[in-house]
Amino acid sequence: MNQKERRLIYIAALPAALLGIVPKAHAMHIMEGYLPAGDCIAWGVLCIPFLLAGFLTIRRRLQEDGRSITLLAMSGAFIFVISSLKIPSVTGSCSHMTGTGLGAILLGPLSVSILGMIVLIFQAILLAHGGLTSLGANIFSMAVAGPVFAWLVYGLCKKCRMNKRFAIFLAAALGDLLTYCVTSVQLGLAFPSQEGGAALSALKFLGVFAPAQLPLAVVEGILTVLMVIGLETYARPELNALGYGKEEQS
Amino acid sequence: MNGNRKTVLVLLFLVVFLIVFPVVFKKGAEFGGSDDAGSVMVEEIEGSYEPWFTPVVETMLGGELPGELESLLFCIQTGIGVGIIAFFMGRMVERKKWIEKGEDTCGRAALAKGQE
Repeated sequence: MNQKERRLIYIAALPAALLGIVPKAHAMHIMEGYLPAGDCIAWGVLCIPFLLAGFLTIRRRLQEDGRSITLLAMSGAFIFVISSLKIPSVTGSCSHMTGTGLGAILLGPLSVSILGMIVLIFQAILLAHGGLTSLGANIFSMAVAGPVFAWLVYGLCKKCRMNKRFAIFLAAALGDLLTYCVTSVQLGLAFPSQEGGAALSALKFLGVFAPAQLPLAVVEGILTVLMVIGLETYARPELNALGYGKEEQS
Repeated sequence: MNGNRKTVLVLLFLVVFLIVFPVVFKKGAEFGGSDDAGSVMVEEIEGSYEPWFTPVVETMLGGELPGELESLLFCIQTGIGVGIIAFFMGRMVERKKWIEKGEDTCGRAALAKGQE
């Protein structure tokens, strides 16, 4: 298992190294070249501590228990699948989900920042979707802000003793929505409108993203719950190793 | 388990409904990407905006990635993800079966020694 762990760390480290080499690279689903260079760098720098913490968390977890690689890989794969699917929405446009909620609930938001970054780099380089220059801003919205928010919502719901499945649904759906809110704010800051400044312009972007994203957030919430049901049925040992759902083991 | 099965079926149906509904309901809509809608909005606010960096692929190809190839790459992304999930899920489902049958993970009877 040791070699496998090391290999995974190298794979995780490679994109991070690339990020260091390409200083322009930064943001989530903001298009390539659409964010001023200053913003790109600022968002990128903001992400670095999260990514570093995420990397160290993953490494420590793998050292403690190599088996947690299973759920780590599955959470990453879930993001891969979910964020590659463009889903039609009621507004007559297509958008896609983030898939980061599952990992945030199971592994904590820090580990997810690394997983999300891998997906974003894949899409930015191969698909011209998102972008290398906007990578930092995109990582911040999809791989940092969204998962952190999902994790907070889940924690809060758990404290309120809410039904666990509903809590997972809520966390994943709201995390997805927040990702697009953050994207709107990022674009608003980059393109403040002449009359209302950054706030008005952020609202305008939100007006474009939010209606399309709302039903998709619901879909993402449901899919995340389905995934958790599957894992609860078949992956009890792995979930227990992560300390998930310790309170009420059946 | 039975309760779970019902939940799963209901949720799956809901997902399909949520995705199919807009397609049927909004006939003739373009279903363009909402990321692109973002760039339209940028131009509305800023007048004309010239992106200052072109995607690496587009620079390499000297133009936009053909639609078919883009869908190929998206499929690869989905495939990688589904492959990983299905691989681990398959292992876990089998493992659970064996554990319930009282065998170890190699399919041998775990209690064989004691029974001899």
